[in-house]
Amino acid sequence: MSKFGKLLLACFLVSCAVTSAYAGGPFGVDKRRVIIEGSTTVLPIAQAAAETFMRQNQETDVTVRGGGSGVGIASLIDKNCDIADSSRSIKEAEIEKAVGNGVSPKAHVVAMDGICLIVNSSNPISALSRKQASDIFTGKISYWSDLGGKTERIVAISRDTSSGTFEAFGILVLEGQKVRPDALMQASNQAVASTVSRTPGAIGYVGLGYLTPEVKALDIDGIKPSKETVLSGQYPVGRPLFMYTNGVPDGVVRDFIDFIKSDEGQKIANEQGFVALK
Amino acid sequence: MSRKKERLYHWIFAILAFASLFFLVGISIILFKEGLPIFQKVDFFDFIFGKSWYPTYDPAEFGILPLILASVWVTFGALLVCVPLGIGSALYIHEIAGSKQRAVLKPLIEILAGIPSIIYGFFAMAIMSPFLQKLLNLPTGLCAFTASLVLGIMAVPTVCSLAEDALGFVPNSFREASFAVGANRWQTLTQVVIPAAGSGISTAVILGMSRAIGETMTVLMAAGGAAVIPKSFFEPVRPMTATIAAEMGEAVMGSSHYHALFAIGLILFIITFIFNIAAELISRRFRIKLGLAR
Repeated sequence: MSKFGKLLLACFLVSCAVTSAYAGGPFGVDKRRVIIEGSTTVLPIAQAAAETFMRQNQETDVTVRGGGSGVGIASLIDKNCDIADSSRSIKEAEIEKAVGNGVSPKAHVVAMDGICLIVNSSNPISALSRKQASDIFTGKISYWSDLGGKTERIVAISRDTSSGTFEAFGILVLEGQKVRPDALMQASNQAVASTVSRTPGAIGYVGLGYLTPEVKALDIDGIKPSKETVLSGQYPVGRPLFMYTNGVPDGVVRDFIDFIKSDEGQKIANEQGFVALK
Repeated sequence: MSRKKERLYHWIFAILAFASLFFLVGISIILFKEGLPIFQKVDFFDFIFGKSWYPTYDPAEFGILPLILASVWVTFGALLVCVPLGIGSALYIHEIAGSKQRAVLKPLIEILAGIPSIIYGFFAMAIMSPFLQKLLNLPTGLCAFTASLVLGIMAVPTVCSLAEDALGFVPNSFREASFAVGANRWQTLTQVVIPAAGSGISTAVILGMSRAIGETMTVLMAAGGAAVIPKSFFEPVRPMTATIAAEMGEAVMGSSHYHALFAIGLILFIITFIFNIAAELISRRFRIKLGLAR
């Protein structure tokens, strides 16, 4: 075998050993495990918090999975996960099912999420009602002049249908109505903000953390979007983000929930573009 | 070298060569396995000819006609750009340019092929679309036109180098015979060389189309992404590739949405497969015609 071949084999063996040690496999010790599943909106907070948490507590192993709020809560009810991420509060039917299965879901608010309507900074409009916003995004209003603005076509910019922001916007503003099919689709909050900043007739929506000086955030129903108004519940397009546990958590699950609620955990939520609770 | 060693090398290289076959078969199987289940929920014709794509609503709608038409539009638009540019530059490089110019032009066009597609996308999104939006006074510069233009530029190297190969297969005796009967350079080019290389050039065009229809990043960034049936080149559209790229990451595994995205991939795969088979058949015929059959 050549020198190179030997080197390659050595690398392979080392990486095998390392991965199996990390996985708590044959060479590792049993780790304290936490399984988190659910909302893709909460996912970035859970993921980032889990990474820091695992760095600080070497003996723990936190697994974070997406799937959606419904999937997470169903998984908690079936005792397949320890923490269910949810971007909505638990439904009556789910509570009944949980009780039937001997599970008592307990809610922990981990952050708030505010969604802002943004327009190009050249747009004279600075406030809309929720009804007007809904009419724009469902296709009933297509010109800014109908809202007292310029005679310009409205370019509605939406997120891809799988996004959590899209889902929340659909519930809070559109109340379940379908987004106009000719809305532009952008794959991230960032892309929505930059497209709006370059398109004079554009309107889009982004999480509060994505507001930039290049775009103008609109007041909705007369309330200015800010961390304060989202936290106080005045801003109509805000919502709490939850983590559900089975009863009052203990052990490593309690440690993790405490970590997320701590200053450090809240800082992480803030960095991920959400509204921290303190 | 010992015989044993030689046999070993034989096998190693055989395995490497067959690996791509293994990948092709694997990918096809997965596409069919994950894509076909959607047709238990949605009728095949409703899927292909349905006009609305609302995969996450209840009840969900899985109509991909707007997506297919968007792909067709941007590919057609790209052809309008890459065929004249690609074939024109191939003709110039191969038939007209002197050896010095050729030595500069050829590598330059090949560098164009080496630029990552995200850079094209970025260029389209950040520079071309605001420019076109202002120039043509459009509501938005993220539209089929911008995407077509950039896709066309991206496909130029493919078309150019394949068309140039085709011209290279035309025996010099054809040209000499043409000059011998008194034809000038232009007449030789249009009446002898191009017809002789015709099917080879069509292969180049088809593979260019294949390149354009499969391109993802650029259309995701530049085409706008509205899932409506396109009415003009200046409206935002959402090609099939962009839909898969944007939605696959968050689609719940095993859901109808997930299977529908795989089914779109399957249809795309079949389209490019047909393109590639057609290109191969035409180019084979072309070689036979020129007496170059393998």
